[in-house]
Parts: sequence; C-alpha cells; structure tokens
Amino acid sequence: MSSIEKKSDENSVQTIQGAEFMPEQNAKNTGGMNKIETNNVHCWYGDFHVLRNVSMEVKANTVTALIGPSGCGKSTYLRIFNRMNDLIEGFRLEGSVMIDNKDVFSKEIRVNELRKKVGMVFQKPNPFPKSIFENVAYGLRVNGVTHKKFIEETVEKALKQAAVWDEVKDKLHKNALGLSGGQQQRLCIARAIAVEPSVILMDEPTSALDPISNSKIEELIWELKQKYTILIVTHNMQQAARVSDKTAFFYLGDLVEYDDTKTIFTNPKQEKTQNYITGRFG
Amino acid sequence: MNNEQVKTIKNSAFRIWAIAATSVGLIMLGILLVKIGMDGLHRISMAFFTSLPSRRAENAGILTAWVGTLWIMVTTAVIAIPIGVGAGIYLEEYSRKGAWANFLEINISNLAGVPSIIYGLLGLEFFVRFLHMGESILAGSFTLALLVLPIVIVSTRESLKAVPKTIREASYALGASKWQTTWMQVLPAAAGGIMTGIILALSRAIGETAPLIVVGALTYVPFTPKSVFDSFTVLPIQIFNWVSRPQAEFLVNAAAGIIVLLLITIAMNGAAVILRNRWQKHVKW
Repeated sequence: MSSIEKKSDENSVQTIQGAEFMPEQNAKNTGGMNKIETNNVHCWYGDFHVLRNVSMEVKANTVTALIGPSGCGKSTYLRIFNRMNDLIEGFRLEGSVMIDNKDVFSKEIRVNELRKKVGMVFQKPNPFPKSIFENVAYGLRVNGVTHKKFIEETVEKALKQAAVWDEVKDKLHKNALGLSGGQQQRLCIARAIAVEPSVILMDEPTSALDPISNSKIEELIWELKQKYTILIVTHNMQQAARVSDKTAFFYLGDLVEYDDTKTIFTNPKQEKTQNYITGRFG
Repeated sequence: MNNEQVKTIKNSAFRIWAIAATSVGLIMLGILLVKIGMDGLHRISMAFFTSLPSRRAENAGILTAWVGTLWIMVTTAVIAIPIGVGAGIYLEEYSRKGAWANFLEINISNLAGVPSIIYGLLGLEFFVRFLHMGESILAGSFTLALLVLPIVIVSTRESLKAVPKTIREASYALGASKWQTTWMQVLPAAAGGIMTGIILALSRAIGETAPLIVVGALTYVPFTPKSVFDSFTVLPIQIFNWVSRPQAEFLVNAAAGIIVLLLITIAMNGAAVILRNRWQKHVKW
C-alpha cells in the first residue's frame, strides 16, 4: 500500500534508517529544483480575500519563517500545503501550489497521502488523549502499518529525533496529557515525523511554551532541517532570526518581502518590513 | 430601620427560603423511602426474586418481572445505542450547519418532551400491528428505544462537541480520513460522556410503564421470556398490578418491588455519575 508498509516487511533497522536517503529523494534535493513553489496564489474565505497573488519558492532542507501581524494570511498560507484549509467552509484557492513539482490541488493528489508527506505542528500542543506511544504510532496506524516491531522502532526513532525520548522512555504507556507543555509539543513533533514526511509545517509552535521549552524546540528545528523542509509561522522576531534561512513578510494578504533572513533583518528593501521587524506596528 | 438592616434581613430571609425549598424535596423523598422501606423491606428475600407471580400474595415473586425488565433493557440498548450514537455522529460531524440542522436539533429536543404514552400508541400501531411484531419484547423495546433516542442523540452530540477541534486537526494532519478520525480519536475521547447519556437514557426507560402497557405488556405472565418474540412483563407493570389489587398483602409486595426498582435506578444513575467524574478527571485538555 504505502511506502512505509513496504519497508515494514524488511526487518533490518539499517534498511529502515537508510530509507530516508532514497536516491530519488536525493536527486530532488540536490537537483536544484525547488521543493515548494507557489505561483500567483489567491485565497478566499467566502468573500474575504485573505491571500493576494503570493508567489514563493522554497529550497529543500531549509527553514523558512513566515512573519507578519495577526490576520495577514501567513497561517492560511502555511495551511495550503497540507490542504488543512479545505476543512473550512467557503475556502477557495486560485493559482498553483507545487511540492516536488506536483500540484497539491490537482485531482490525482489524494489529500490523505499529501498530509502524510506534509506534516504539521500546531500552535497549542494537541496530543491525543492516549498514551505517549499511541500518539506517535497513530500516524503509522492510520496509514495502514500493522507490523508491530516496525511501529515500535519508528516510535522510538521519532521520539529520539524530537529530543523527548529520554524524558518519556520510562512512561511510554502513560497518558500524553500528563506531560508538560514543552514535552507535549516535542511529542507532537515526534508524531509528525513518525510518518516520515518531507515537509513540516509549524504554526507558531512555541507561542504557548515557556522560554526553556522554547529554546529546546528551536534547537530541534535546527537539527530537523537536515532531513526536512520546514515552514514556520512565528510572531517572535528573534525566533525567526535565529532559526530560519529565509523569511517571508506578509501584510494584509500580500507577500511584501521574501529574502534571506539575514537580509530581512539587517537590510530590508521595503519600508513596511523595516517598520514591522523593528516593532513600529503589528 | 436603616439600609444595612434591611439588607441583612433580606439576606437571611432569602437563605431561609432556599433551605426550606431544598428541605421540602428532601423530606418528601425521605418520607417516601422510609414508608416504602417499612412496608416492603421485610418482604424482600431470595424467594421474592425467584418466584413466579401468584394469586396468593405471600407466594408471589418478581421473577418474570425482573427477567422481563432485563430483556427489555438489553434489547432497548442494542437498538437505541447504534441508532442514537450514529445519528448524533451524523448531526455533529457530517451534516452541514444551517437552517435544516437547527430545525432538526429543535425537533429532537422536542421529541424528548413528548409524553411517553404517545410513543406507546405509535409503537402499538407501527411495531405491533403494521410490522406484526405482536405484543412481544421486540415491539416493547423498539418503542422504548424510540422514547430514549432523543436523550442518546443529544448526549452524544454534546460529548462530541466537547472534543476540541485541535484533536481533529491533529488527526487529519497525519493523513487520517474522516472515518479514522471520528472512530479512532473523537469517539474514544467522547466515550465517557456518551456512556453517561446512554445509562441515563436506560434508567429512564427502566421506569416506563405507560408505553409498555399500550403495546401490550401483560400484567400476569406465568413464564419467563425465552426470546425477543415472547410476551413479557416488567417491574413497573408488576408493581402497578399489585397496587391495583384490593388485598392489603399485595401492597407489601408492591412496596418490595418498588425498593428493587429504586435500587436498580440508583445503581444506574450512580454508575453514570462515576463514569462522568472519571472521564472528567481523566481528560484535561
């Protein structure tokens, strides 16, 4: 069925770990192709025009920060890549949204498959009211994986990658809601990466967390970049400056400026960007 | 009298009124329980549970009645739970919100207020006569299932509503389908509330008499039912039958029957409360 299922037949841990570096994926990463590309994207909620003509390209294995004042459309933009906006009544989109050169909104794309490939971490930690283990295993289970050993190994690997393994390894079968906010959020990251996505969307992942958890997640983002392409919405300018390679500034539905993070924060071309990052509005 | 004094008097007057109001209910209930207990408690014995009804009060028991009640309860649950929970899921998770959904919602709430005898008449006409179920457990259970359906639907919807949207989003974001999300995340998270609703619905059904009399539950059944197609009686009807007899001895039997029925109802409501508390303690979003 899925690629995970096929892999699950091979018992060796080596093969499973090697699976992320499949040749076709490498070709994509190094071929100079853009991982993500949107062209002239417009979005509406009913009559409300939330995004206007947004075109943007994102390279593989980079972190891109989406910044801007509340209501500027950055979360809407983030959610077009896993089509979470489809769940909202009255949502409409024009333009093209490409991931790995495939149109996300084309008829051949099955939205469940897409969401497996494009993981998401939400603003408020939202673990399922189940055990820690089941939280991480859920993504595999819904995608048809039944191989017990493979699930166990993947859960452990995902928790390690999300830097939460040491804190939860003795209570894998305890309810995830008993964890602290920061642990819950790292668990949610583990849950997202357990299905081996290639893109991770993060919607203000640290806004509900304390400073220490915040910096742990930021370090984690830095590490995850090796394997994944990350888009992160944030209201925290320092965070954007710290974790991202590129930054996109949205204002009232327009993509005002998109450039290297360094340039955006030291030498923005647009006055609006300058005003926003220096805290003059927003 | 100055303003402060008036306030103090009003304050204590209100308090006394509230205490009195509470006491009236409690005292009435207390008197009822004590009276029933004095009348019937000594009648309860093993034999009372294992004896068939009889013309002689001292030999009569509630075997057919409690077995009938058990049959009716289980069959009603089997019918009402899938239909009620399914309808609740549809209304909450699938149907589009709008005028039609509001119309349905209001009508379902109204159905909960329809007198139970009306359900009895519907059951008689539709299940007993039109569907030829006869005066059987099946007909009685379908009738009671209809009666408690609104309660099950409403409590299912309320419990589903209490499950935060973020849980659904998290599930969809992992590639789960609507079916998987509902079945594997939303329903388990709402199960405590749904179960509470089901128990409360069944504890309402267990005390219903009127609709069952209309669909033809017998007052005298000399055998216990063997299948859902048999005729039956239930505890409230047995009690009703004994109360309407002229001999004083049967009133003692009735009191004993009421004690049994009360205990079952209290146990069911207690279970509902425990479930609800457990669930609330267990799940903190």
